[in-house]
Amino acid sequence: MGSVMRFELTEDQKMIRQMVREFAEKEVAPLAAQIDAEARFPEETLRKMAKLNLLGMMVPEKYGGAGVDTVSYVLAMEEIAKACASTSTIMTVNNSLVCDPLLRYGTEAQKQKYLVPLAKGELLGCFGLSEPNAGSDAANQQTTATLKGDKWVLNGRKNFTTNGAHADICILFASTDKTKGHHGISAFIVELDTPGFSIGKIEKKLGICGSDTASLVFEDCTIPEENLLGELGSGFKIAMGTLDGGRIGIAAQAVGIARAALEQSVKYSKERVQFGQPISSFQAIQWMLADMGTEIECAHLLTLKAATLKDKGVRHTKESAMAKLFASETAMRATTKAVQIHGGYGYIKDYPVERFFRDAKITEIYEGTSEIQRLVIATYLLK
Amino acid sequence: MAQCGDDPTDRPCDRGQWTTDHGPTMNIIVCVKQVPDTATKVRIGKDGRHIDPEGVKFIVNTYDDFAVEEAIRLKERFGGEVTVISMGPERVKEALRMCLAMGADKAIQLWDPAFEDSDPYTTALILSKAIQQLPYDLIFCGKQAIDRDTTSVPSYLAEMLRLPQATVVVKLEVDPVAKKFIAYRDIEGAKEVLEGPLPAVISTQWKLNEPRYPTLPNIMKAKKKELKELNAGALGLDPTMVGEKGSRVRVLGMELPPPRSKGKILKGDPKEVARELVRLLREEAKVI
Repeated sequence: MGSVMRFELTEDQKMIRQMVREFAEKEVAPLAAQIDAEARFPEETLRKMAKLNLLGMMVPEKYGGAGVDTVSYVLAMEEIAKACASTSTIMTVNNSLVCDPLLRYGTEAQKQKYLVPLAKGELLGCFGLSEPNAGSDAANQQTTATLKGDKWVLNGRKNFTTNGAHADICILFASTDKTKGHHGISAFIVELDTPGFSIGKIEKKLGICGSDTASLVFEDCTIPEENLLGELGSGFKIAMGTLDGGRIGIAAQAVGIARAALEQSVKYSKERVQFGQPISSFQAIQWMLADMGTEIECAHLLTLKAATLKDKGVRHTKESAMAKLFASETAMRATTKAVQIHGGYGYIKDYPVERFFRDAKITEIYEGTSEIQRLVIATYLLK
Repeated sequence: MAQCGDDPTDRPCDRGQWTTDHGPTMNIIVCVKQVPDTATKVRIGKDGRHIDPEGVKFIVNTYDDFAVEEAIRLKERFGGEVTVISMGPERVKEALRMCLAMGADKAIQLWDPAFEDSDPYTTALILSKAIQQLPYDLIFCGKQAIDRDTTSVPSYLAEMLRLPQATVVVKLEVDPVAKKFIAYRDIEGAKEVLEGPLPAVISTQWKLNEPRYPTLPNIMKAKKKELKELNAGALGLDPTMVGEKGSRVRVLGMELPPPRSKGKILKGDPKEVARELVRLLREEAKVI
């Protein structure tokens, strides 16, 4: 008996996509241009998303989440990102980079205290890994955590932290033993109202302006010993494992942005008349649209493949990297074409494609640059 | 249970079995219709009498969302059960599950090949037969379906069930103990307030409430809720009474609206242009 490979979503997945699509169109999209222009954190939208459990999607219900699979998360991320990339950035950080490691590595007490309110969206989280000198070289952590009595004392500086200025909780990575390299890094749960913590510079960015990007400063910031996440020295492993999941979220975000670019391009090319006919009748435009559509479909399927492997509990480092690489570069190509199709109108702020173009670029950079993704993929291919 | 005659129009029947005798809990029925999404580009099918369902995205009728929301709010306030009912083929299950995800408790799909091409009269007849098998204190319908816009099913339904009705309601107060409702309707330049006994049929207008989005956990729970299917036999309906055969109205054909003709641009001295515009509006467009 042969079996047919199914590219079909389950009833639940279809309903989740439909609900999030309606929510995104009615509640998220109308604010997108404004929060981008004002670089304003969309608090009101996040409160609504919290009510629907969109901020802790994959966390089981007993810990305050929705208990849905990664495929559903991908579908929801695509819809939110299509409406507003900034909002989807905030969403993916809380889901993938904060709730996920707490669920996987947290103790029961840590889950009750931190995961439950984070999954419910009552608290917002951020992920403190990048430092001024630890970007792609994430193991080069200069932030230190020193055990004094029953407290960890944190010192150092994190930068480019998404949600940093609005977060209540940080999953923080710091060196606990400089002599041990990778194995000397540990993960911590830090409440961001702890004395010794302050918010440093808030960055002005090219895109995703509605999400904040801040540096976090720790000066003798003292946290309880039990706020170590996972085992001592396992921080690098936690960070990399978390990013395997996070990259699926970014891939989905990139697909969402690319789909928005395609949708606007189709609409515009049918309306815009030059030489007496809509520009959609010109092959030059049709070929761009065809390439955009094809690449988006590829990126979408790669992302679903990685999500499906994660749902099966199978190692998905390579597939996540491929999905993130291809989807982010697809988003960049698709938004570039969208601006080109719009011509001069694509370059001004009266049309949304210039925002898509600016928003797309970050997907090739954060949670591992395209170069890092290629490195990860090549490592697997050459094994 | 309420018992009505085979022909719902020939004699009155009682007003359904009361379920609030033991306290203020309500059994609420919501009739919903699955319709093409307004964003869908509608094409006319080959027979020229139906829309081509190929590639059409179907949604819960917009006005029915207000009905479902109002029913769930009343249930949350007074306790009880919300049952959603829809007549239509297999695909209407999707619409029913969406209502279950919003918070309805049970769903019933009414379908039989004999129901094909039902007009509003036979649709209401089919719905009334299903409703007569259930306990009910209140019946909600959207004020109209956004596909055919006939607005007639709620009124037919109320007549067939011999129930009071309030249509196009923008605000509703329900007293399950005193068994009465007060419904507010917007009428030209004023507000009309109706009071009546329960059970009643209420049709809902968009100002009534703000329908909720189903939460993710409720979407996951929706598939575990009861979704029953009833056919003509189960409803005690003679196939000749329903569908196209039983219908009062037959759709002869469908046409897309003609493409908009080219606009007219008036140029010249503003005074003359204004005079010409008034003349055209009066003599050509005949709108003033």
